[in-house]
Amino acid sequence: MATLELRGIKKHYGSIHAVNGVDVVVAEGEFLAILGPSGCGKTTLMRMIAGLEMPSEGEILIGGKPVTHLPPRARNVSMVFQSYALYPNMTVAKNIAFPLKTRGMPQAERDAKVAWAVGIMGIGHLLHRRPARLSGGEKQKVALARALVRNPALFIFDEPLSSLDAQVRTMARGELRQLHDRTGVTTVYVTHDQLEALGMGDRIAIMQHGRVHQLGTPQELYDDPADTFVAAFLGAPPMNMLERDGRIVGFRAEYLLPSTSPAAAQDDALSLRMHISQLEFLGAEWLVYGEIENAATPQKLLAKVPPAVAATLRVDEQREFTVARSRLRYFDPTTGLRVRDERG
Amino acid sequence: MMPVLRRLGFYLGLLLFTLFAVFPIVWMVITAFKQDADLYDVANNPFLYNLPPTLKHVTFLFTGTNYPVFLWNSLFIGILVVIITLLLAVPAAYSLSRLVGHWGERSGIAIFLVYLIPPTLLFIPLYQIVTFLRAANTVWALVLVYPTITVPFCTWLLLGFFKSLPRELEEAALIDGCSRWQAFVRVALPLSLPGIATCIVFAFALSLSDYIYATVFVSSAASHTVSAGVPTELIRGDIYYWQSLMAAAAIVTIPLAVAYGLLFDRLVKGFQSDSAGSEATP
Amino acid sequence: MSEAEASSRVGLGDRDHMLGWLMLGPSLIYIAALVGLPFFLAIALSVTSATVGDPSIHGFVGLGNFVQVLHESAFPLALRNSVIVTLGTLILTLVLATAESELLVRDFRGKRLLQILLILPWAMPVSLAAIDWLWLLDSEFSPVDWLLRHMHLLGPGSPLGPANHLYYYGKEWLGLGAIVMINVWRLLPFATIIVLAGRTSIPRDIFEQAQVDGAGFFRTLFSITLPALLPILMVASMFTALLVFGDMAVTALTTRGGPGYATQVLPYWAYLKGIDGGALSEGAAVALFMFPVLLVGAILALRMAYRTDSQGDRP
Repeated sequence: MATLELRGIKKHYGSIHAVNGVDVVVAEGEFLAILGPSGCGKTTLMRMIAGLEMPSEGEILIGGKPVTHLPPRARNVSMVFQSYALYPNMTVAKNIAFPLKTRGMPQAERDAKVAWAVGIMGIGHLLHRRPARLSGGEKQKVALARALVRNPALFIFDEPLSSLDAQVRTMARGELRQLHDRTGVTTVYVTHDQLEALGMGDRIAIMQHGRVHQLGTPQELYDDPADTFVAAFLGAPPMNMLERDGRIVGFRAEYLLPSTSPAAAQDDALSLRMHISQLEFLGAEWLVYGEIENAATPQKLLAKVPPAVAATLRVDEQREFTVARSRLRYFDPTTGLRVRDERG
Repeated sequence: MMPVLRRLGFYLGLLLFTLFAVFPIVWMVITAFKQDADLYDVANNPFLYNLPPTLKHVTFLFTGTNYPVFLWNSLFIGILVVIITLLLAVPAAYSLSRLVGHWGERSGIAIFLVYLIPPTLLFIPLYQIVTFLRAANTVWALVLVYPTITVPFCTWLLLGFFKSLPRELEEAALIDGCSRWQAFVRVALPLSLPGIATCIVFAFALSLSDYIYATVFVSSAASHTVSAGVPTELIRGDIYYWQSLMAAAAIVTIPLAVAYGLLFDRLVKGFQSDSAGSEATP
Repeated sequence: MSEAEASSRVGLGDRDHMLGWLMLGPSLIYIAALVGLPFFLAIALSVTSATVGDPSIHGFVGLGNFVQVLHESAFPLALRNSVIVTLGTLILTLVLATAESELLVRDFRGKRLLQILLILPWAMPVSLAAIDWLWLLDSEFSPVDWLLRHMHLLGPGSPLGPANHLYYYGKEWLGLGAIVMINVWRLLPFATIIVLAGRTSIPRDIFEQAQVDGAGFFRTLFSITLPALLPILMVASMFTALLVFGDMAVTALTTRGGPGYATQVLPYWAYLKGIDGGALSEGAAVALFMFPVLLVGAILALRMAYRTDSQGDRP
């Protein structure tokens, strides 16, 4: 367990800037999710933390010690790969014992450690199998056990859930977070899936074009996005955004309600007249697709409403929707950055 | 109706290919045991033993000629060449596939270019080099020179093999505490054993089969290989010791064919680098 | 923390680039010394008057050896024959290897035994294969002639002529044909292995799709199998062509280039001149004439390698 510090990390390949100045401090025992679309530099950043790539500029400190130019093996980090990267020629037991063996740990001590990790992951029955004969979920558990077995200073996860089936994935999310809470190992978790980042991360770093756009708790990122990229990337559906008085106004779909509904904001609210083009059933809610008619360019909006409210709506009708002014977030249209002054 | 015809065609095809491959060998084996009087009679059915078969010519091969020496030389050279080839080609292929960057990834082409320069273009200057090194007329000349044929070929073969291994396996090894060298030895190498096996077969076969270098660099019987020794020793002017020649060829060929034939599927896989990674898992 | 002492020592084994060159170095040095150096030596030799008796390379004669070689009557024949033998072997081998791989891709009883039988010719050293065929097509005792005679195709009053023997190695075209045949025979197993590697990695569902679409055997062969095999057929052609073009054993042990120079090929002629005849420089000049042809091969190889390389690159 240790802190992780990234100071001005840059990585370029020729003229391509994969990572372009990242400063992040991860506290001891913290679970940091790095979230971003593919090609945002998150994988490169993670590989630099692991020591698989050398940064072009900047410094990496683990537990306060600079490790920037150390090879992976001298960093005491564990990593779970997207493909799990289990050694196909070794049994599960040998796979898990491998990191201990390379460190020259005596057999008895090794066996005890392996038994401990195997116990935590509940994979005792798989020990003598080869990776080729494991299911996706089993492989993941073996990979976790292999990462766990040597008490690393840092866990690095590279989209470890993306090759699992949808049903298994939700369960695995919970298990992974529990594992973290139980071991308390500082964790860096790279993903492009916002559900994983929002659900597991103590904090999230959102990346695009090699930069961290915002670093904060899931709630902060959701409620107070630092710029239009974060606003548009996070949340399903993403924030509605309108161009008003030379600024961009953003608000979440669940705050946009028909003015007739009891929960709708009445005073100090922004009122929008919307043409309803489609209604979509989501289970607990309905998604309303609408367009603002009187605007110069037609602007599309999304509203998330409870079933009772949806029952009062019809496709192709004009309705008045409102959103409380306290829910509005303003952004500069040229820089995309949040504008703090929310008046006038 | 159609499937029957198809099956018939299938087995007919197999039969024709087998006949083509085996006919000269069968002829060779029949000849090896014939008596002179039987062999050199145009009226005889050449496929039958019109006189009882004899072991005379096989015995002559082992007692009256240097054939045992040739066999030993070929084996000795073959084994040494295989070892040298693996020592040079395996690290080189790994290095090109992983370590020396983009320049190395394109180097399959360069290796191919080296392979494109055949012995026939090089044997005259190589003869001078071998003479200069005072290795001419010894088996060491061939041990020294054969890897020029086998190293490019095996490097090329292994390059494809290493490229098809998932990089993440070695990266996992790096994270798990290996140095790059250890990751190569402990993870990449065991997974490329099928490719290495293919290399062993090809390196041995190539060194055994060479005729040019074996003829040009060596003239004393004591250092000849099977390839060059059998023709020089058993063809004297226009006298051909046919039965012994055929026996000499059969004795080398048949055991090797059994070995290569049993490895057939593996040799095929050796050329099949894209699936090699997944095939490595039993 | 469990940061073992050993792991904090950073050594050579951790520097990818350094390690890379160290692992590559021995091969590079070896190839430079025993392929690169001789290659330039061959060029140097070809412009001198070196002989086996006086192998030094200071008697500069410019392109004299090349001019000399070009004027010999054997040259056009040797060049022609090298090309004919290479192309003939290449075409036959590729066609047969494709057909054979189409058979061997299936499973059947006794496949192992058959694989042993089919690989037999490749297990034999070239020189011994040539001798086997020399005897098989012997001027007097050839069993092929015997069979032909018994089928009344050969002998007095038969379609193949009045003689009782065909004298394969004594005639220009029969001799070349025999040389092609021997090369096809000895290289077919090797070519089949390569083509089979390509054939078995064509995904099976493509064939199932073709079957569903109602394509017959030949339709499937020409519009699916062959296009998919094209890259591997290129590889097979490269190897086959090189092995035939550079080989002298078959010619040296069968026709010996005769009658006259009618079946002479460049490698054997280079050997006869350079080693047997002692004119090292002229032999080198002959060998160098093979280089343009090899260069064409090299360009083909480059294109092919580029194509396969660009598929496998990671972002």
